[in-house]
Amino acid sequence: MLNFSRIKVILIVLPCVWGLIASLPHLNYSRVERANDAREATQLGNPVTEKMRADMERWPRWLPSEIVNLGLDLRGGAHLLVEVSVEDVYHEKLEAIWTEVRTSLREIRGKIGGIRRVESVDLDTLRIRIEKIDKIDEAAKEIKKLARPVVSLSSVGKNEFDVTIDSDSVVIKISEPEKGRLNDLTMAQSLEIIRRRVDEAGTREPSIQRQGSKRILVQVPGIGSAEELLDLIGKTAKLTFHPVVSIASNSESVVRPGQIILPSSEGSNYYVLEKKYVVSGNELTNSQPSFDQNNQPAVSFQFNPSGGRKFGSYTKQNIGSPFAIVLDNEVISAPVIQSHIPGGSGIITGNFTVEESNRLAILLRAGALPAEIKVLEQRTIGPELGSDSIEAGKVAAIISGFLVAGFMVLSYGLFGLFANIALLLNVALLFSIMAIIGATLTLPGIAGIVLTLGMAVDANVLVFERIREELSKQKNVLRSIELGYERALTSIIDANVTTMIAAVILFVLGSGPVRGFSITLGLGILTSVFTAIYVTRLLIAFYFNLKRPTKIVI
Amino acid sequence: MIRLKLLPEKTKFDFFSKARFFSVISIVLIGISVLANLLFGLNFGIDFRGGTLLMVQSEKPVKVSEYRQVLVGLDLGDTSVTKISDPKAQISGGLIDDSRNIVLIRIEQQPQKDDIENDKIVLLKNALNASFGSINFLQTESVGAKVSKELVIKGLTSILLAVGAVLFYIWVRFEWQFALGAVLALVHDVLITIGIFSLLRLEFNLSIVAAILTIVGYSLNDTVIVYDRIRENLKKFNKRPLLDLLNISINETLSRTLVTSITTLLALFALYLLGGDVLRGFTFAMIWGVLIGTYSSIFIASAILLRLGVKRDWSKPDNEAGTQFSEFDT
Repeated sequence: MLNFSRIKVILIVLPCVWGLIASLPHLNYSRVERANDAREATQLGNPVTEKMRADMERWPRWLPSEIVNLGLDLRGGAHLLVEVSVEDVYHEKLEAIWTEVRTSLREIRGKIGGIRRVESVDLDTLRIRIEKIDKIDEAAKEIKKLARPVVSLSSVGKNEFDVTIDSDSVVIKISEPEKGRLNDLTMAQSLEIIRRRVDEAGTREPSIQRQGSKRILVQVPGIGSAEELLDLIGKTAKLTFHPVVSIASNSESVVRPGQIILPSSEGSNYYVLEKKYVVSGNELTNSQPSFDQNNQPAVSFQFNPSGGRKFGSYTKQNIGSPFAIVLDNEVISAPVIQSHIPGGSGIITGNFTVEESNRLAILLRAGALPAEIKVLEQRTIGPELGSDSIEAGKVAAIISGFLVAGFMVLSYGLFGLFANIALLLNVALLFSIMAIIGATLTLPGIAGIVLTLGMAVDANVLVFERIREELSKQKNVLRSIELGYERALTSIIDANVTTMIAAVILFVLGSGPVRGFSITLGLGILTSVFTAIYVTRLLIAFYFNLKRPTKIVI
Repeated sequence: MIRLKLLPEKTKFDFFSKARFFSVISIVLIGISVLANLLFGLNFGIDFRGGTLLMVQSEKPVKVSEYRQVLVGLDLGDTSVTKISDPKAQISGGLIDDSRNIVLIRIEQQPQKDDIENDKIVLLKNALNASFGSINFLQTESVGAKVSKELVIKGLTSILLAVGAVLFYIWVRFEWQFALGAVLALVHDVLITIGIFSLLRLEFNLSIVAAILTIVGYSLNDTVIVYDRIRENLKKFNKRPLLDLLNISINETLSRTLVTSITTLLALFALYLLGGDVLRGFTFAMIWGVLIGTYSSIFIASAILLRLGVKRDWSKPDNEAGTQFSEFDT
């Protein structure tokens, strides 16, 4: 077993050499990172500054430059998990269906009598009571005609909604495929809007991903406080302009159909408004923070042509009456229209601070979210704690490396040294593999590496102990080494498979940092088995062929 | 060359002469753990309970009571403030301890509230900045009720899945008695680890679940290696009493068990002392797990084999594994 064919030697040495070379950039992490950033920037066509050129020169192009990504817990940054209330959109869909149904049933009013919409507990259903109960089947048939097929590849032949009869009411329920389509649409829109908002806030390299059916994970490296980002992401930012009916002092004022009562943002009084808005924020093309004539912070905006026309003609006809600007169900302000405003631009004043006017401008530019979102989880690590963690992890890893290596040499002498070379290669391979597969190193990931250091020697320990045993039974050194490897192999495999099972489960079920731990643990098992079974054996074979010892001490 | 010899070349310890004593100890430990859990429960971190945790550093020393005073005025619901102690500093005589001025502030989450309470965080941060001047917020974590419930379920599933998968693997590779022994040893390790977290009121969070899973892997690693040797010796000496055979196997693997435990513990101790505050709970669980895992693979996993008996004739397939040599049971 100590005779390696040439091809086998190459197959063992090659990965080790690669591992050593490819792990080089990690010894100079910040320098390589800066050089990589500079190269990336030039590739995007940015002008090359003196600083970028210097950065690039400090790590020549021909050297390997793949480095592991640092997780948010090491680099500092914010991690936000939000959930989109996709059900909000069903409500709008049902409103649209109701309008159609009402028009269509009115035409056969003579047959079925009057109709009335009844309150429904479920968010996805619409209940309609029919006056002449014996004609309810006919009404249902009429409604069914209105259902259009769902436009999507996976649900051919399915309709937008299902119609059933429940005692005296016709029940219209949005069908599952249509819900799926609406959910996907809502999620896509929400992702886009959140991306725009985060980008507008000027943060670097944000990662915004959909998670599961209704969640979005936002990760923004390098920021120390997530509260402002949350204010930015969490707002629906639905802006509408309504005619004001009256001003009320409390929320219990009587409101006629077609009207709503909303609080003002100062919280002191309430406005009764026409429910139907004149124009909404969807028709804005631009908005900027600015100041009003009294030098108070304000937000200026610009409508698109159609929005501008609506705005212009309304202001022309209603000079002298108040006009409410509503943001997320709060009246920001209700100025009296002084004159006709043509051209579709205007200014929103309120009791803003400069930051608030900045934020509102960003929100209006990015557009409104299609549904409300909830922030379920927020984790922010300050950059200082991150770099402290890296420093502490580095020191701990180096010290534990020396402790383990020292102990191995004390216990096994020369063979311990072989095991230590394998250990070093093991760490180099681990970093190189993580860099090329684009894995992220987290703080628990560093713990995984340190743990691997301790456990990686296990395979070698198993082999060495076996060789010791064999040596006590027979004199033939070569035979003892061979038997040692042979007999230890099943133990090594069984033992590592079981740890691998734990690592895989952690990877599948874990999230964030825990997942980082499972990656280093799992990869560490693979590399440690490789280095223990092949690398140390090759080293022993070289030593053996060179010295031909007749007696060895382990 | 100086050679460290932890053990003589050949050892002949009788690991089962005190089997009863150790099984009583283990049962008592498990009893205490279960009792501690029932009485005190676990000190769940915000991962599992929801809520907000801030790691705050002040420039000048600020007393915990001063923090409490600020918190009381804010109407945030239940809050707690704890100072972070640094074992590195304790070793060096507590010289550095107070110069870091780091405290942890915890705000409880309203149950049933899915989203996090951002307004409370903003309120707190502003109040602290106003009261103590420049405050550095090292870390802010906030978990709503919905996610915390999911994380509890995920944590439990992952531990159960790991134990189940292992049961299956060992059953396939060995015999059912081995699988049962290994899994009982694992349950023993996990219960006692959870017990010590409950007794010492240490925070139990996501990374502790990861630590427990690694303990599962490590303890099993140890058990499997002893088992491997037992299987090998079963083939070799098919006439020796099971008791002797188990003793021989454990003695033969003892040196390896010690060396691997020591290297792993060396690495873990370095991490515990130098790896920073965030990893401390995690490494504590791991150190504890390595100790208990090594103990359990000898005194639980193998002792159970002795109780159950094993298939003795490995040269041909056997249908009545475990019944044949029950006379060797102690």
